[in-house]
Amino acid sequence: MKRPSAKNTDTDDRQRLNKPRSRVNAYFTHHLWVLVSSLGALWRTPLATLMTAAVIGIALALPTGLHVLLQNVQQLSMGWEGTAQMSVFLKPGVPEKRIQSLADKLRGWDGVAEVQYISREQALAEFRELSGFGDALDALDENPLPAVLVLRPTAEATEPAQMALLLGKVQKLEPVDLAQLDMEWVRRLSGIIEVGKRGVLLLGGVLALAILLVVGNTIRLTILSRSQEIIVTKLIGATNTFIRRPFLYTGFWYGLMGAVLAWLLVVILLGLLSDPVSRLSFLYSSGFSLDGLDLETVIILLGSGIALGLLGSWLAVGRHLQAIEPT
Amino acid sequence: MIKFDNVNKRYPGGHEALSGVSFHLKPGEMAFLTGHSGAGKSSLLKLIACIERASRGNVIIDGQNLTRLKNRHIPVLRLKIGVVFQSHNLLYDRTVFDNVALPLIIAGYHQSEVGRRVRAALDKVGLLGKERLMPITLSGGEQQRVGIARAVVNRPPLLLADEPTGNLDPALSREIMGLFEQFNQVGVSVLIATHDHDLISRLDHRLLTLKQGKLERDGRTTELQIQQ
Repeated sequence: MKRPSAKNTDTDDRQRLNKPRSRVNAYFTHHLWVLVSSLGALWRTPLATLMTAAVIGIALALPTGLHVLLQNVQQLSMGWEGTAQMSVFLKPGVPEKRIQSLADKLRGWDGVAEVQYISREQALAEFRELSGFGDALDALDENPLPAVLVLRPTAEATEPAQMALLLGKVQKLEPVDLAQLDMEWVRRLSGIIEVGKRGVLLLGGVLALAILLVVGNTIRLTILSRSQEIIVTKLIGATNTFIRRPFLYTGFWYGLMGAVLAWLLVVILLGLLSDPVSRLSFLYSSGFSLDGLDLETVIILLGSGIALGLLGSWLAVGRHLQAIEPT
Repeated sequence: MIKFDNVNKRYPGGHEALSGVSFHLKPGEMAFLTGHSGAGKSSLLKLIACIERASRGNVIIDGQNLTRLKNRHIPVLRLKIGVVFQSHNLLYDRTVFDNVALPLIIAGYHQSEVGRRVRAALDKVGLLGKERLMPITLSGGEQQRVGIARAVVNRPPLLLADEPTGNLDPALSREIMGLFEQFNQVGVSVLIATHDHDLISRLDHRLLTLKQGKLERDGRTTELQIQQ
């Protein structure tokens, strides 16, 4: 790109041409003025501005909203991931002492962090408390529940392959009736979440392209409607950089407004979802509630909105401004 | 200030607008450019402002050869040339003040300097009280004076005007020409394209006459009276 060098020579030549008092100050004042006046120009056509910003907002809100929902699901499943555990059901009639020594033996194994023994009586008490079938249990003569050893792997041993290996070893032990991994589906869920995240990313990419087109086309129309003004300013001695500036700032405002609208949209949608979700999680006796947008997501949302607005207008300006020359 | 050296301008399609034009306008000189429409007046002015490029020959403005001027240096050249258009070419969505301030903003002047110079330029053309008005509310003569204020506000060494009195009545035209003479008196080089012989024959300045793209005569405006 030869643009930066062109800009420098321009500035140098101008400094020789005239000696304004405070160039840097004037430069920033001008930028500020363009920033405000381009916003003012958008403000004067509120409906058109709102429509463009709304298109950008909806396009940004879709991947953002999905991202937040996925984040919530992940948050929820992460709580379970840590409790990846193996339930080892023992054959009936294994003596208490034997169970204790088995538990001790398992505690010595590699990859086993903790072994908890739940006796048949404890299991029964817990079931009675949680299931609500206490009365039905009273009808039974005998405790139908087996003794259980709950085995928690160390953090390094939670990999599916290692868990499977451990499962196989435990399964072979003589007093063990059945050993099973409780959290297999959590892994599947996290796999699904990964797929979902990739999907959101791809969707975001496609929608980013759409935003570029929307901003680009809007700026193109603005340029065409102001071609007379562009010609006059070029005749007076405006550089392309100077002429480009208000259009770039217009793109900036579109992007920012779109991102803020997307933010509002996601907040409103999450607000509408949060009540039913709370009720649902209450039914599952879970304290889970929907998390809103975190700061990182908001920053990324605003940043990408602004970046897309600027890029879209930059592309449009680069393409159409050169063509408008005084004749 | 302006030096044409055997300049040809041929437009795509073969029409030759200027052929073999040579003249030299010295710094501080004032000249009129006349000729029938189609004689090449506008083409000549466009070559000076680098709106068009010469097909052959050299155009040298303020020591700069435009034949070799890079596109990115054109804006700097144009800041040195104040241009007054027949159609005013004002921006109608901005106030008189903002229109006149435009060249200063482009050149990067400080805010306070901009205000001072704009008011000085508007004072010069007699529009000081109208800086907050929109151009559309002004009369044709006033709009032309806004255009002149804009052309001189950053004190360019060269002032070009293309039929500046084209739409004005004789009294206003004389007033406008008087303004150009005032700027010339403070050292600005002035070149005015016009076909208003009545008006310029009363003045005494250099007169370049174009005919079918050639420089037919390089004389004085006073000669026009003798012809008549």
